[in-house]
Amino acid sequence: MSFTPPGPDDFNLPPIGPSSEFEFLGQTMYLGVTKPMLQLVLAAGLTFWFLYAAAKQRSMVPGKLQYVGEGAYGFVRNSMGRDIIGSHDFMRFVPYLVALFFFLLLNNLFGSIPFIQFPTFSRAGMVYALAALSWIIYNWVGVQKHGFAGYVKLQTVPPGIKGPILALLIPLEFFSNIVVRPVTLALRLFANMLAGHLLILLFALGGEYLLLHGSTLLKPVGVLAWVLFIAISFLELLIQFLQAYVFVLLNAMYISGALADEH
Amino acid sequence: MEGNLNMIGYGLAAVGPGIGIGLIFAAYINGVARQPEAQGRLQSIAILGFALAEALAIIGIALAFVL
Repeated sequence: MSFTPPGPDDFNLPPIGPSSEFEFLGQTMYLGVTKPMLQLVLAAGLTFWFLYAAAKQRSMVPGKLQYVGEGAYGFVRNSMGRDIIGSHDFMRFVPYLVALFFFLLLNNLFGSIPFIQFPTFSRAGMVYALAALSWIIYNWVGVQKHGFAGYVKLQTVPPGIKGPILALLIPLEFFSNIVVRPVTLALRLFANMLAGHLLILLFALGGEYLLLHGSTLLKPVGVLAWVLFIAISFLELLIQFLQAYVFVLLNAMYISGALADEH
Repeated sequence: MEGNLNMIGYGLAAVGPGIGIGLIFAAYINGVARQPEAQGRLQSIAILGFALAEALAIIGIALAFVL
C-alpha cells in the first residue's frame, strides 16, 4: 500500500444531511449544508455573542469580560482605525473593521481548535466573498466622497506626473488599484490557510504512514514527522492571527487611500 | 526520478520572497537598534511588509499544489 499525499481534494468536505450534486465546469458541486458553512454561521454567532456580552454591562469599573472586550476592540479601533484612516472620519468604519477582524480571527482559529480543525477560509469562495465586500466598500466610499470621475482620477493618476507617460501609467494603475487589489487580498488569505492546513495534513498523515507501514529504520522518522506536526501547528496559530490582522489592516489602508484628499 | 515540475517552480519562486523578507526585517532590526523607542511603530510596518512579501511565496505553494 503506497502513500497518497494529501492534496487540495481533501478540502472538498462532503455535505452533511440530504444533498444533491450537479456538475459545473467539470467540478462536482454539492447542493447541501457542508461543514465550512456551519463554521461560518458558528463564527458569526460567537463573534456577535462575544462583543455583545462584553459591552452589555457598561460598568465604569470593568469586569473581566468587559476588560478583554474593551482591550480587543480598542486594539482594532486605535491601531487600525484611527492610525490609518485618520482621526477625522474613522468612526464610520470601526464597526466594519472590528466585526471583520473578530469574524476572520475566529474562522482562522477553527483550523486549530480540536474537533473542528478546518480553517474555513481554505475554501476559496468564502474568501472571495469577503474580498468582494471590501472592494465594494472602499470603492463606494471613494465615489461618495470624490464623485466617480474624481475618484478614478485619484486612483489612477499619481500626483505630479504629466506628459505622455500617463498613457502607460493610467491603465497600469487602474489595473493594480481597482482590479488586482481584491484578488490579492483574497488570494493571500486563502493561500495561507490552504498551505498551512496542507502542511499539517502532510505531517500528520505522513507520520502515521511511516509509523505503521515503514520499515523499522523509518519508524523514528515517523515520530519526527509528528514532532514537526506539533511545531507547525504552533506556527499555524501565529499565521492565523497574522493573516486576520493583515487582512483588516489592508482593508483600512484601502479605505484610507480612497478617502485621501487631493494633493 | 519522479516528482512534479510544480515543486521546482515553487522552489525557484520562493527565492524572491525569501530575500524580500530578509531585507524587510533587516531594516526593522536596524531601525529598532538605532532608536529603541520606535519599536512599536515600526513593528506594525514590519508585519505588514512581511505579510505582503510572504503572499507571493504562499501563492506559489498553493498554486503548485492546485495546478
